Amino acid sequence: MGKENSTRQIWLVFWLLLIVTAIEVILGIIKPAFMVERRLIGVTLLNHTFIILTIVKAYYIVYSFMHLGSEKKNLKWSILLPVWVLIPYLLFILLTEAFYQHEMYY
Amino acid sequence: MDSKNKNIESDWGGGNRPMKASYGKLMMWFFLITDALTFSAFLGAYGYHRFTHFSDWPIADEVFTHFPFIHGHYPLFYVALMTFILIMSSVTMVLAVHAGHHMNKKGVIIWMFLTIVGGITFLGSQAWEWYHFIKGTEKGALLIPSGEHGQKRVAHYVGAHDSYHDDENYESKLLSQDQGLDLVQAEYLDGQAVPKDLLKKNDKGEFIYAEQIFGAPLTGEYAFRYNEYGHTTFSNFFYFITGFHGFHVFTGVLLNIVIFINVLNGVYHRRGHYEMVEKVGLYWHFVDLVWVFVFTFFYLV
Repeated sequence: MGKENSTRQIWLVFWLLLIVTAIEVILGIIKPAFMVERRLIGVTLLNHTFIILTIVKAYYIVYSFMHLGSEKKNLKWSILLPVWVLIPYLLFILLTEAFYQHEMYY
Repeated sequence: MDSKNKNIESDWGGGNRPMKASYGKLMMWFFLITDALTFSAFLGAYGYHRFTHFSDWPIADEVFTHFPFIHGHYPLFYVALMTFILIMSSVTMVLAVHAGHHMNKKGVIIWMFLTIVGGITFLGSQAWEWYHFIKGTEKGALLIPSGEHGQKRVAHYVGAHDSYHDDENYESKLLSQDQGLDLVQAEYLDGQAVPKDLLKKNDKGEFIYAEQIFGAPLTGEYAFRYNEYGHTTFSNFFYFITGFHGFHVFTGVLLNIVIFINVLNGVYHRRGHYEMVEKVGLYWHFVDLVWVFVFTFFYLV
């Protein structure tokens, strides 16, 4: 990759991160009614949107800024796999229990 | 020794680059994995407490509404600005790494300097936010004795009624304020007076029905026990998670400064590569990455 090309890519990712953050802030201030009312698996559509946009941002930070995209395949997997397996597992247990506890207390 | 063993030794015997990444870079990556798991445990614990106490959990964007030099209600703007500062410093860091790849010493110096400035600005912004979180709002909240084991209820200020409410029993009005003591009349919503033995007297001999508290005190009698925002676990997690992240930013700034001095002295230029800038860059981007998640799960969701 030439020098010009790569710098251009960095700034593209910067604008992407900035625009996604701006969208998040605008949604967070307006809180569109249809997104707050509709729920999927106990979470509002608005919160699903926030989480998806966050993962988009995380993807670009890790793949572009941290250059994971240009590492070897086995290195990529040894970094991503533990995180992809353990974090959703932990969150699943914690949040399921939390919903249950809330029902018990209130 | 057969050729297979020889191969293994040449790959893993040291000084080699398995997976085409140097030892230092590989270890930085593995450290970041463990750190990612630590942060996800903290944010997961936050989520656990939030959903357990869903009913009286504060709404974050009604808590953080300050903006420097402007009065009024500006939810999310300040945190968005902090996010912008950190993303910006991540960009300057990646540009420094990029300049390093091209052995451009002057470029590395400029971009690393800007990264350090960005990091320090972020830390300053965080200090400002903590200050306002600790100080609290103008009206604060009321602590009303609940009679159970010396416990107190927190009644929140409701702007629309110009009075304080807790979730169940009380409606309270602030009658007067003098010498820092607040005379408050609290009534049960059904009109009954609060029993006198639950009340305190001030030095004039008047009954104080409730005490006023502001913000989330870190010192004093009520530290970590009561605050004006709602469930105290919220403020405890706020201090803990943003504090731990701030500590990472602080460490990152220190590491950046060390590497920056080395760059100035031409250490990496003589070495023939700027990989050290890349390693500290990985850490710096990770700090940015964590903030992206803290921003979402603390302020937005």
